[in-house]
Amino acid sequence: MHEKTLAQLSAALRKRSVSSLELTRHFLDRIARFDAALNSFITVTAERALAQAAAADHRIAAGDATALTGIPLAHKDIFCTAQVKTSCGSRMLDNFISPYDATVVERLAAAGAVMLGKTNMDEFAMGSSNETSYYGVVHNPWNHECVPGGSSGGSAAAVAARLCSAATGTDTGGSVRQPAALSGITGLKPTYGRVSRYGMIAFASSLDQAGTLTRTAEDAALLLEAMAGLDARDSTSLDAAVPQYSQHVGTRWENVTIGVPDNFFDKGLDDGIATAIHAALGEYEKLGATLQRIRLDNVHLSVPAYYVVAPAEASSNLSRFDGVRFGYRADDALRGDLDSFYKRNRGAGFGAEVKRRILTGTYVLSAGYFDAYYLQAQKVRRLISDDFARAFADVDVIAGPTTPTPAFRIGQKTGDPIAMYLNDIYTIGANLAGLPALSIPCGFVDGLPVGLQLTGSHLSEPQLLKIAHHFQRDTDWHSRMPPGYA
Amino acid sequence: MTLDVEHIQKLADLARLEISAAEVRDVSAKLTAIVGLVDQLAAVATAGIAPMAHPLNQTQRLRADVVTEDNEHERYQSNAPLVERGLYLVPKVIE
Amino acid sequence: MDWETVVGLEIHAQLATASKIFSGASTRYGAPPNTQACLVDLGYPGVLPVLNARAVEMAIKFGLATHGEVALVSVFARKNYFYPDLPKGYQISQYDSPIVRGGYIDVVLDEHTIKRVRLTRAHLEEDTGKSLHEDFHGMSGIDLNRAGTPLLEIVSEPDMRSAAEAGAYMRAIHTLVRYLDISDGNMQEGSFRCDANVSVRRRGEDKLGTRTELKNLNSFRFVEKAIEVEARRQIEILEGGGRIAQETRLYDPDRDETRPMRSKEEANDYRYFPDPDLLPVVIDAAKIAALEAALPELPADKRRRFMQDYALSAYDADVLTSSRGLGDYYDELVESTKGTPKLAANWVMGELIGTLNREHLEIGATKISPAALGSLLDRIEDGTISGKIAKDVFEAMWTGEGEVDEIIEARGLEQISDTASLEALVVQVLAAHPEQVQQFRAGRAQVLGFLVGQVMKASQGKANPQEVNKILRAALQA
Ligand SMILES: [Mg+2]
Ligand SMILES: [Zn+2]
Repeated sequence: MHEKTLAQLSAALRKRSVSSLELTRHFLDRIARFDAALNSFITVTAERALAQAAAADHRIAAGDATALTGIPLAHKDIFCTAQVKTSCGSRMLDNFISPYDATVVERLAAAGAVMLGKTNMDEFAMGSSNETSYYGVVHNPWNHECVPGGSSGGSAAAVAARLCSAATGTDTGGSVRQPAALSGITGLKPTYGRVSRYGMIAFASSLDQAGTLTRTAEDAALLLEAMAGLDARDSTSLDAAVPQYSQHVGTRWENVTIGVPDNFFDKGLDDGIATAIHAALGEYEKLGATLQRIRLDNVHLSVPAYYVVAPAEASSNLSRFDGVRFGYRADDALRGDLDSFYKRNRGAGFGAEVKRRILTGTYVLSAGYFDAYYLQAQKVRRLISDDFARAFADVDVIAGPTTPTPAFRIGQKTGDPIAMYLNDIYTIGANLAGLPALSIPCGFVDGLPVGLQLTGSHLSEPQLLKIAHHFQRDTDWHSRMPPGYA
Repeated sequence: MTLDVEHIQKLADLARLEISAAEVRDVSAKLTAIVGLVDQLAAVATAGIAPMAHPLNQTQRLRADVVTEDNEHERYQSNAPLVERGLYLVPKVIE
Repeated sequence: MDWETVVGLEIHAQLATASKIFSGASTRYGAPPNTQACLVDLGYPGVLPVLNARAVEMAIKFGLATHGEVALVSVFARKNYFYPDLPKGYQISQYDSPIVRGGYIDVVLDEHTIKRVRLTRAHLEEDTGKSLHEDFHGMSGIDLNRAGTPLLEIVSEPDMRSAAEAGAYMRAIHTLVRYLDISDGNMQEGSFRCDANVSVRRRGEDKLGTRTELKNLNSFRFVEKAIEVEARRQIEILEGGGRIAQETRLYDPDRDETRPMRSKEEANDYRYFPDPDLLPVVIDAAKIAALEAALPELPADKRRRFMQDYALSAYDADVLTSSRGLGDYYDELVESTKGTPKLAANWVMGELIGTLNREHLEIGATKISPAALGSLLDRIEDGTISGKIAKDVFEAMWTGEGEVDEIIEARGLEQISDTASLEALVVQVLAAHPEQVQQFRAGRAQVLGFLVGQVMKASQGKANPQEVNKILRAALQA
């Protein structure tokens, strides 16, 4: 059962060839069997899942099911879930029970989806390897000595290992696409504002976007349909109609022009990945696509611009974690004065990477440095965004590698933040410009998956998903299963 | 630009983060590296470029002035480490 | 040595919305701790602010009323600092792009002097919660009910030159926000608070001296007293050859002195940046025009009109425009009565305000409508009752005895004006006081007043005094 895609399971449920309870039990069994080694879940909500599954079966029987009714999936632990621990991968929120559901959680529950649990992640989504989690590193199902990518590493590993049919994630600088690439699955980051951020614990508000980790583009389309749309509780959510993405993916191929940025193939790109990407582009030519070389002149500045903007917003967003109303409180916090109270709670509640980013953000916003860093980064952000806008005047989508290297070894980059940050060199641009982008499996290097990234213009998800779907019709990279997880 | 230990302590005070003596050298080295990365921005010509705070050109929606929230302080305070008579307790605030 | 005090004020007026500026929690005052703090006000993980439309409208109204420039695009920014009454660790405020820039207000200093005070800006922001310092085992208790309440921060230029001018300015802003119905101005409840920037310089000097900021001045009286003692303190330091430290100070009304604020000792670095959770606030010109058209008559205009159209003195006009309700009452009264505007002013300022004050009521709670008071004045004007009797009728109306004419009728208060009745009373009084008649005839004209009084007394106050006067003179000169 677990080898089926979400779309296939949805059809099976509605044909009543399987019940949601059977499916849910099956995935819960797999989690029990495999997750001790993977560590992809922080919390498994078995009881709640079974109750939701029973309700879904009733709903299916009553004939009032949606495509997601009865589908077992998992939420990244950054989404607030009522009555369930929502840790954001941090000791700071190890004891935090959310009193409310995030909009994404609420909408998927309303569609009848079953929540199996909450997945592991880099602490406060700050990381590209899932190594900064308070709950320990997540292992890549393709090679347990490697990272699954991050920050949505738990979601990626769980979907890749078929412990759930799909999972939610969030993407601030590549946190859905990069782990999807490293874990051999499909990861979609929609247009900024397409999905509500309400109830999604903020990392960098102007960059954060909820996304999907699925086996296929078609599955992503089904999930996005239920998640997307205006939310009055999020001022930045877009007031734009939600297309029937899943109806659109299978429509007849129309000719598209694919832009290929020369500078995505400069030094720093792994040879094996370059080979896989060129092969994938060849596949698109066979489909009838036109390839066009383009340049994104300022894209090399996206990592430095991001490491000003994201930490600046994060340093402020994370100020609310002070141990007064919720969250970690140090044992000795009340023994000192107010300042040491804050410092002890926050000093012990946050991990090293989170503290580094808060300090970086504090620095770039502080008096005397604001103009040189924060304001300059925002100007560079516009240059990068304008580059994309110019490119989309000529091409329909932009294609290239999702990551410069395949999954790396656990511990390999933890001592060198810059090396770690450069994992996101190809993905950050879409966040700075607010563009939709996805990563699909397109090959392997030494048994580790490679991701092809497709980036589109604002709200071009229908086209993006369709282009990805047609690739997946003609290839089977997305169907490969990590050995040992059959 | 080097972020020395003293500068790190100043930032940590501003951000209310306890950084132990054991950590501070490592933090200083890593932050100096990060600042080295972002210092690339200094060379970019940006005269006349408007800063971009949001990725899309949206404007603020307004909500009607209506009370929609009920008193749920007991539920909300169940996450609080220390509450007395409905108040959150903290070390003495001196004005 | 001749010193000049220079003052600029930052006033925080709580906007009279039903819900908070960024959440749907109630702004009602006085609820038990934390019962009106919702997830957004508490800064819970994942929640987001959405802007209250009414708060924006109120800020625009203020900008229009003070001749400021209403920004077509304004931006919310985060002011970052840690304090237990600030749940998110930042206050959402406006920094580079406030909703109102510039403008001015004309402040009446005395009957003959109006001072124009320039405004720097007015911006929207959220209020903080409260720290309670009563003893919780040596700790403080935090109540976040007030967190997220909408504030309009009104910043003036350093245009005031004395404590009294600062007080007058603060009163003028207070009157204005109440006229505009954008704040209840309740100072006991903290709905109207003030910080003062104070410096001194030698008279004739152009350069401003180093200023101190006095925080939380929550009454008109404290503002004036605090500025006075602070200016005196600064002058003493400067005359002693010392220098003024730029710092934040707190006024202690019990000791009538200012002292540095400990929580503000360390230099703050607020790290303002645009709030990424909120988008630029765009206001269209049509909206501004509609709000402008709906603006009430403002105190300064009303004052001018009362002096011009009703020939009132500056003093009377000031009193009658001190609140929108009082001015409206007066307008309606003048409209409804045949009595002169001056008579109407005297009655509003005398009996009406006196009675309201005695009973601690606002004009809105008056028990005599403008129309009812108007008919009372009509009865004075047409000679039915005297002004003195009218005061008794007023009291009876206040206690609900009925309409003017009913009371006059029921109590038999109608003025006696017919000559025959009055002549009979005069004859009676002259007969009873032969000595005074003698004196009058000997040339002591002032005795007439006594005799008039005796006739009034004999009529139980109902005699028409003008008529009595006439008849008495005629009788005495006969
Ligand atoms: Mg201020
Ligand atoms: Zn303020």
